[in-house]
Amino acid sequence: MTRKLILSLLAIAASFMVVAVVYAQSGYPTDDDVNRVAKQLYCPVCPNTPLDVCETKACQDWRADIKDKLAVGWTDEQVIEYFVQRYGERVLAEPRRSGFTSFVWFLPVVSVAIGLVVLAQILRGWKAKHRAAVAAPTAQAGDIPPEVLQRLEKELKKIS
Amino acid sequence: MLYDLGYFALVIAFALALYAACAAVFGAAGASHLHLQQAQAQVQVSSPAHADTYHDGALGARTKRPQFVESARNAALVVFLLLTLCVLIIIYGLAMLDFNVAYVADVSSRAMSPFLRVTALWGGQQGSLLFWAWMMSGFAAAVMIRKWRRDRELMPYVIFVTMGTLAFFIGLSLFITDPFARLWHNPLTDEIITALWQPRGMMVFTPQDGQGLNPLLRHFGMIGHPPTTYVGFTGFVIPFAFAIAALITGKAGGDEWIRTTRRWTLVAWLFLSIGLVLGGRWAYDVLGWGGYWGWDPIENAMLMPWLTGTAFLHSMMIQEKRGMLKVWNIVLIILTYSLSIFGTFITRTGVVGSVHAFSKSAMGPSFLIFVAVTFLGSLALMFKRLDTLKSDHELDSLLSRESAFLLQNLLFLGITFAVFWGTIFPMISELVTGTKITVGPPFFKQVTGPLFAALVLLMGIGPLFAWRKQATAKLGKSLLIPFAGSVIVTLIAAFAHWPRHPFPLALFGLWLVSLAALTTLFEFWRGARARMQSQGENFFAALGHLMWRNRRRYGGYIIHLGMAMMALGVVGDEFFKAETQGTVGVGESLAVENYTLRFDSLRQYPGSDGRDIVEASASLYRDGEFVMTLKPRRDFFVTQQQPVTVPAVYSTPGADVYVLLVGWEDIGRSASTFKIYVNPLINWVWAGGITFIIGTLIAAWSSLDDKRAASYVIRPVVGRAASLSEV
Repeated sequence: MTRKLILSLLAIAASFMVVAVVYAQSGYPTDDDVNRVAKQLYCPVCPNTPLDVCETKACQDWRADIKDKLAVGWTDEQVIEYFVQRYGERVLAEPRRSGFTSFVWFLPVVSVAIGLVVLAQILRGWKAKHRAAVAAPTAQAGDIPPEVLQRLEKELKKIS
Repeated sequence: MLYDLGYFALVIAFALALYAACAAVFGAAGASHLHLQQAQAQVQVSSPAHADTYHDGALGARTKRPQFVESARNAALVVFLLLTLCVLIIIYGLAMLDFNVAYVADVSSRAMSPFLRVTALWGGQQGSLLFWAWMMSGFAAAVMIRKWRRDRELMPYVIFVTMGTLAFFIGLSLFITDPFARLWHNPLTDEIITALWQPRGMMVFTPQDGQGLNPLLRHFGMIGHPPTTYVGFTGFVIPFAFAIAALITGKAGGDEWIRTTRRWTLVAWLFLSIGLVLGGRWAYDVLGWGGYWGWDPIENAMLMPWLTGTAFLHSMMIQEKRGMLKVWNIVLIILTYSLSIFGTFITRTGVVGSVHAFSKSAMGPSFLIFVAVTFLGSLALMFKRLDTLKSDHELDSLLSRESAFLLQNLLFLGITFAVFWGTIFPMISELVTGTKITVGPPFFKQVTGPLFAALVLLMGIGPLFAWRKQATAKLGKSLLIPFAGSVIVTLIAAFAHWPRHPFPLALFGLWLVSLAALTTLFEFWRGARARMQSQGENFFAALGHLMWRNRRRYGGYIIHLGMAMMALGVVGDEFFKAETQGTVGVGESLAVENYTLRFDSLRQYPGSDGRDIVEASASLYRDGEFVMTLKPRRDFFVTQQQPVTVPAVYSTPGADVYVLLVGWEDIGRSASTFKIYVNPLINWVWAGGITFIIGTLIAAWSSLDDKRAASYVIRPVVGRAASLSEV
């Protein structure tokens, strides 16, 4: 009985020491460390509120959880991976660039790129049309007709 | 009794809106048919195209059944009066705290001030949809009173589109979210149910107190942000209606619809901008996360029509000056309208939060069907009328105002698509793979950031480009001084901050912003100097005259300056934001950057509005010198069991120190947890917003403006002659 008690006391003391060693290694996590990780996470119940600012009880518990994990020496990535394993990818603020969610990243980029190509084609086409029009014999030298020029000059005088 | 009256008013309004839409088209369509026959009979020898133009001209002159069009207009005006009555009845119920009305019991409560009780009109779904419909009918009525004579041939179809949209919204109120429904108690089963009329065997039920508004909405911002946003959303219906009317009547090839609606578009856009800025400020003051924009689906829903509306406001200038991009402008206004309705859909159905919200009420499906039908219908109409939209697209040079505008349009649409895609992707993911995902701010910042940067650059140099063709040498000359200035500004900032903040991206951002701001300012200077030389005026008189004579142009420049100021705020906030959180005892301090916060005391007291307030008192020091006492607090709304964190802010043009009380230890209140944000340059966002609004007001100011703008039209002779005859 006594022996058991001593053993268990020793075990408790040992566990304290282990924790102390880990603390010494990583430094006790500050709130800033917790927020750094929490910023990248969303809890499943509070819509559109990042974990670092959410005030519900559930989110406070999550932050406490993060603190515990960091305290025993987990890296930021390990903590995030732990939440993804438990609650799914929805906890990530930034969708992954692999798998189905890569679509969310790549479609806007591709569409802007296609838009640029199309725009360049259109502009080139319009410019070719202009060149053809200027080259045509009916076109005057300078494409502003004289009466418009006159009017322009009159109005410029009025303004200045 | 009163609420029955309201309900009947709503029913009649619904019927009248439908009637107006049908009667207007019936009245005008008859005419169209008649004149088509006449026209064909008269010009059988000439080409069909000629007959078509004749028919278009004749349509406006006389209508076959003008009495129906007149009657449709009167019906539309009565709809506005009826909806006004409905809104007044709801406001009466909210102010008098008639908790028998289900909506009043939902959003009003005894503890709320009379001011908040009235704003509760748009604090919940039923009320806000009614409010939406009321505003929309007000706009429609204003258009019909102001523009009736001028745009007679378009009016029947304007009535058709506005009243059709209105009928949809009134229909939602009537059949799905009835604002006049009341509470009834079933004594046998002890159930409370919501119904319009007394069900058999049930008693009137009036709760002692209502739920009251969501605590986050109990803020002065409630008077500003929601109504301005709604004015913006509903305002875009008007230019859309004119565009559709122009398509139907075959007049979309001319610029009449654009001229008529330019100011409406600008006003709608202005209010949406004000709504966005106020919303950002409200979030900053209330939501307690130290920021103003969280890329939340509801924020995105507001941003999207603003983006396409901005693209439209720019590209309509190409149509006015060059007669180009007629199809594209129609596409842009259709997009803006659809995104406004889509925005209301997202805001009011909560569908993005969860796909399951979609099937919970009939709202989701009806909205989606309405958006799909109007969007596809408008596009189909446009393709059918493509022949009337022909224009000669010619481009003298790739370096011209036209191509700058087109690139700008592409960027705006690119951002819109990225925002749209990111907003709806969680739904798509849930539908396709069954996994829920989150698309948060990091996505939107990374994808839209480069596009916004390109826009800022274009905003700076685009206005320097001449229409048709820009001489490279001249462009270089006008860019030289601003460019040199921006490089100097950036270098100074780099040297001042180098050891602490070596952020190349931030410096690049600063360079872009200063280039945009300086080129715009340089334009003011150049214009003023020209006047000083030619008119012998002093600088300020010259500047004043310059702006007064070209309000549209210089108003636009002021808007650009405002945008540059906002961009500066965004760059500062994005790259240099600092934050820290920590638990400190009384007398202990927490430090971030060169600021120190010392915790002095904590007290608890009951507040108004049913709040239990815990307030900390803390002294803020900068570089060891006392600045001010800050009192961040936490308001706990007892009835709703909801806490609201109220920040204490020390605000300067350089940076805001934003302090939150995150938590405290219950026993003895000896230690409390604070979160401190240092938000650099954030006040530039608000100052930019105000500048931006002033610029829009200047640009929208006078009607003389339009005539002068028309005289600057640069077109081939034929096109110009046509536009002169319109004047």
